[in-house]
Amino acid sequence: MVENIFVSIAAWLRGLLGGLGVPDLWNDVILMVVKLLAILVFILVNALWLVYMERKVAGYIQSRLGPIHVGPKGLLQTAADIGKLLGKEIILPKNIDLVVFLLMPVLIFVPPLVIFAVIPFGKDMVAVDMNIGVFYLIAVASLSTIIFWAAGWSSNNKYSLVGGMRSVAQMVSYELPLVLALLGVIMITGTLNMNEIVNAQKNVWFIFTQPIAFLVYFIAGVSETNRTPFDLVEGESEIIAGPYTEYAGMGFAMFFLAEYANVMIVSAMCTIMFLGGWLAPFGLDFVPSWLWFFLKMYLMIFIFMWIRWTYPRIRVDQLMAFGWKVLVPLSLANIFVTGAGMYIFRAIGW
Amino acid sequence: MKTQTYYLNLGPQHPSTHGVFRIILELDGETVVKATPVPGYLHRGIEKLAEARTYTQVIPYTDRMDYLAAMLMNWGYVKAVEDLMGVEVPERAEYIRVIVGELSRIASHMIATGAYGADIGALTAFTYTFRDREYVLDLLEMVSGSRMTFSYFRVGGVAEDLPEEFYPAVKKFLAELPGMCDEYDGLITGNEIFQARTKHVGIIPPEVGINYSLSGPTLRGSGVNYDLRKVRPYSVYDRFDFDVPLGKNGDCFDRFRIRIEEMRQSGRIIQQALEQMPDGPIQAKVPKVIKPPVGDAYAEIESSKGVYGCYVVSDGSPKPYRVHFRRPSFINLGYLGKLCEGWKIADVVAILGSIDIVLGEVDC
Repeated sequence: MVENIFVSIAAWLRGLLGGLGVPDLWNDVILMVVKLLAILVFILVNALWLVYMERKVAGYIQSRLGPIHVGPKGLLQTAADIGKLLGKEIILPKNIDLVVFLLMPVLIFVPPLVIFAVIPFGKDMVAVDMNIGVFYLIAVASLSTIIFWAAGWSSNNKYSLVGGMRSVAQMVSYELPLVLALLGVIMITGTLNMNEIVNAQKNVWFIFTQPIAFLVYFIAGVSETNRTPFDLVEGESEIIAGPYTEYAGMGFAMFFLAEYANVMIVSAMCTIMFLGGWLAPFGLDFVPSWLWFFLKMYLMIFIFMWIRWTYPRIRVDQLMAFGWKVLVPLSLANIFVTGAGMYIFRAIGW
Repeated sequence: MKTQTYYLNLGPQHPSTHGVFRIILELDGETVVKATPVPGYLHRGIEKLAEARTYTQVIPYTDRMDYLAAMLMNWGYVKAVEDLMGVEVPERAEYIRVIVGELSRIASHMIATGAYGADIGALTAFTYTFRDREYVLDLLEMVSGSRMTFSYFRVGGVAEDLPEEFYPAVKKFLAELPGMCDEYDGLITGNEIFQARTKHVGIIPPEVGINYSLSGPTLRGSGVNYDLRKVRPYSVYDRFDFDVPLGKNGDCFDRFRIRIEEMRQSGRIIQQALEQMPDGPIQAKVPKVIKPPVGDAYAEIESSKGVYGCYVVSDGSPKPYRVHFRRPSFINLGYLGKLCEGWKIADVVAILGSIDIVLGEVDC
């Protein structure tokens, strides 16, 4: 029952609307809107919660307590912060590109939102079951770089500009190993549909058959989300806050929350591609599939946070060298090994 | 393609300039073509203010120079005045000075270590060193009643004797200190990324360090064995057995690593001082109103940042005619502009952090 709770709700809603005599087309439209709204609420609530979680994790790693005063165990801290940021004046520096400057904090949330539409949260729990899901995700995810760059460019601030330029350089060097790492999995499954990729991991998760791909994807993923040790885009001790330097109040908060939405996406992708998505390990089927998905996703998010609060930041030239001289060759080698392995397995008739 | 350099104003308000320090960077992309340090944003005119105060009233002003190692700042000044008056400081007072001075050095190096981690991007290092620094501040609070600006030294001795509860507390701290240093080594020094960021970055050749009159860990990182406590022992430092840690390459990593080693050595010095400490008075007999004879005196001590000197000129009145401080932070910055050339923006932060400046001292 719990297993299909969300699917059942959708079916019940469809039946209800059908019973009211709503035509099928409208029925589909309404259902889609409801699904997307649910995802929107999910992302925003989760981003709020992740800010709290990050502060708590950081607190414990740094031998302190983190937020404890606002609400029970400090749970309302983020809500209070957002409330405060909403009340702040929007400061517009001189000689900025006004339209771009104001548009970017809004647009920053678009890529995460449209990506989550294709992510399967559980068995049959996907808003849009797209057969080129992985390809779509990769294509849309790189859009956020343009937003960082445009925000940096329009701010009329050299720190922002340097941050924006770094963002582009980082994207170019790390998108490549990211995609090449996913290619190993796609070669094995022969599909770009996320549901089918998850189903292909019934016997063994791809983290065991594709460990190098997982490692490369994970490192490139940290870089994609601009988090330590690859947080050069906002590298606080060098360029203040990179592209966000000139943003005040809610504009800044939007960038801040979008970072967590991106962390969720990279973790969700890790889960789907390498950790068996919503499949239950060891036959523990009595736990609903969507709960497994979230457990795995939060494990990945925790590892992200762990790394962030443990490592220092690498330098921009080291970042490039690492991307091009280590990750790209490694992921190419992985593709070669995967291809050779598949050929051999087929030849001996597995 | 025609390219152009641009100017980036690093500071005075910037997270990593350790206060209100400003560097004008001429950049080619991310590479520094020219760096021009601009100090002076925290200048309060302490030297001039001192001319209108009595000799004792100057002591609190010295606290405000290197406020992270205020005991040592007190020390250099009172030593100059004592030399001028020819006062013999009682032995117990000298030992107390060594103990609180070394504690202050440990506190200062803890900040340098943690803040350097934060400069490189590892914010967690900062919280660990600050947590441990609290122990030191608690100890110094027991002694002086204050946590940062102690004003504990007096001309001819110290303000008060060490309280009873200080001894067990400092012993407990000394027992834990090596463990703390090991933790910093494990957390920061051993980190692969940290080493990649700091090794072979911002190299100061030994002869350049000497020519630019650098001192302290900044000079010793280049392998120059120059520690006033060893080469020209003042107070009772000749009675202690301790090593002077030296670097090999003169890069940021060596300058950073030396500070952790110096904390261990300071712990050894305090241990020996506690064992050797005699009973006796803590204050020499000096007149209520200090009126040094006409003349001048210059005294130097090894502060946490380097050679800290104080020059006092007396005209026989109760107020100094002129006081001048040789502030190691300021003089160590002399080579910064040249040092940053050719490195990236991130390296400028790493280099500045490795020199370990305190703006109160730079601008005085």
